[in-house]
Amino acid sequence: MTSVFWTWVAAFFTLSILSFLYKDNPFYKFAEHIYVGSSAAFYVLQLWVFDVYPKLVGGFQYKVGIEKWILIIPAFLSVLMLTRFIKPISWLSRWAIAFTVGMAAGLGVTGLLQGFLVPQVKATFLPFYVPGTSFWNSFYLSVNNILIVLGTVATIFYFYFSREHKGALGTISRAGITFIMIAFGASFGYTVMARVSLLIGRMYFLIHDWLHLA
Amino acid sequence: MREFFEKLGKIDRRIIYLIVAIGVITPILFKARLPIKPLPEVRQAFDYIESLPESSAVLISIDYDASSMPELQPMLYALLRHVFRKNLRVIMLGHWPLGVPLGQIALEDVAKEMGKKYGVDYCFLGYRPGIAAVMLNLGKEIRSVFASDYKYTPLDSLPMMRNIHNYNDIALLIGLEAGSVGDFWVQFAQARFNQKIILGSTAVITPDIYPYLQAGQIVGLIGGLRGAADYETLVNTPGPASIGMYSQTVVHILVVALIILGNVGYFVLRRRK
Repeated sequence: MTSVFWTWVAAFFTLSILSFLYKDNPFYKFAEHIYVGSSAAFYVLQLWVFDVYPKLVGGFQYKVGIEKWILIIPAFLSVLMLTRFIKPISWLSRWAIAFTVGMAAGLGVTGLLQGFLVPQVKATFLPFYVPGTSFWNSFYLSVNNILIVLGTVATIFYFYFSREHKGALGTISRAGITFIMIAFGASFGYTVMARVSLLIGRMYFLIHDWLHLA
Repeated sequence: MREFFEKLGKIDRRIIYLIVAIGVITPILFKARLPIKPLPEVRQAFDYIESLPESSAVLISIDYDASSMPELQPMLYALLRHVFRKNLRVIMLGHWPLGVPLGQIALEDVAKEMGKKYGVDYCFLGYRPGIAAVMLNLGKEIRSVFASDYKYTPLDSLPMMRNIHNYNDIALLIGLEAGSVGDFWVQFAQARFNQKIILGSTAVITPDIYPYLQAGQIVGLIGGLRGAADYETLVNTPGPASIGMYSQTVVHILVVALIILGNVGYFVLRRRK
């Protein structure tokens, strides 16, 4: 019985949101406001339940020794962050922001170098001829490698701005923009597929779970 | 010709919405199916799971929420059916707090369907804040992040977790991604701890994940509803993703036809000016 009720609630909100496609209306506004309100409430609760309470309040209650007293630092930084609302001392919030930015940059730089840049550069050191199981297999693998190498080099040259893009540099950078456009096209195609999938998901819910027609 | 394209240019957008809706609803209503030939990268993911020895531990990360459910939830069901059929042990956690209950629902559904027991064949750890910190600490000791499961049961009380301490004890990590958490998994779990990873993703972020596959940083990729349908086909349990592929195809043909028609109309009208 409970699940039937919630299925009807979900169906009502789905139809209310979809009704915007016809025109703006009170049902859409109602669903939109409920969504924004409940999401905001959820995030506030989530911050308290998963972050502030267990990490800070609970930490002060249950931890001992240095593990307990070190929590003063994040607590102090959190208070500094709130000084943004008090104009004469709002500059203090920059310390908390600087700490966050520094930590994120440290993690990001090492993570990106080790996990993205180096492996991705290594992955472009490819042979132009790959022996395969047959002529066409070898041809396919070799062309694939050539395209990856040429695409990478041409795209990098497109972002080289220290010289005017004329002559050989112009030709290479034009090839680069072609590769970029193909990548954008692929991304756009995938995005269309994703959005259609969401519509299919909702329609499947309405037909299968709500109306039991399929 | 000109009049036709002028009229077409002024068509009420709601007519297009209606045509799209009919294109989506009709195949679902009539349960129309198309033959599905799995993509190589999806088969690669399937084959990797097939190759794992029985009772290996698989960590599944729920990094999506309800807005990506139509693509990733069918994928999760198909993956869970496969890993349970192979008698692998599942540890589930999530980095998107709103989506974590979706993972739990699927895990309990499939575990019940396959007769699996909590704490022996699977466990659910839930959510902890701090994506990078969680991933890095999982590489040292899971208990430093998750001292207990979502019901506050200490991990050592769960028989399956007694010998699982870090990535060394986890044969495979499966990340179901609707955002950038997959990048973090690759940067922190794969690059630093050499963890084997399969990523399942929404179609929007799939093109960003292909470079990881090409570089060998992940062992398989399941992209979008198409990937989910492929996986359902491979595990021979057709579900919502397989049903949705017919609608997907109809709408794609419609979008391509409308793009061509729009461009032809644009050139015809421009020439006559």
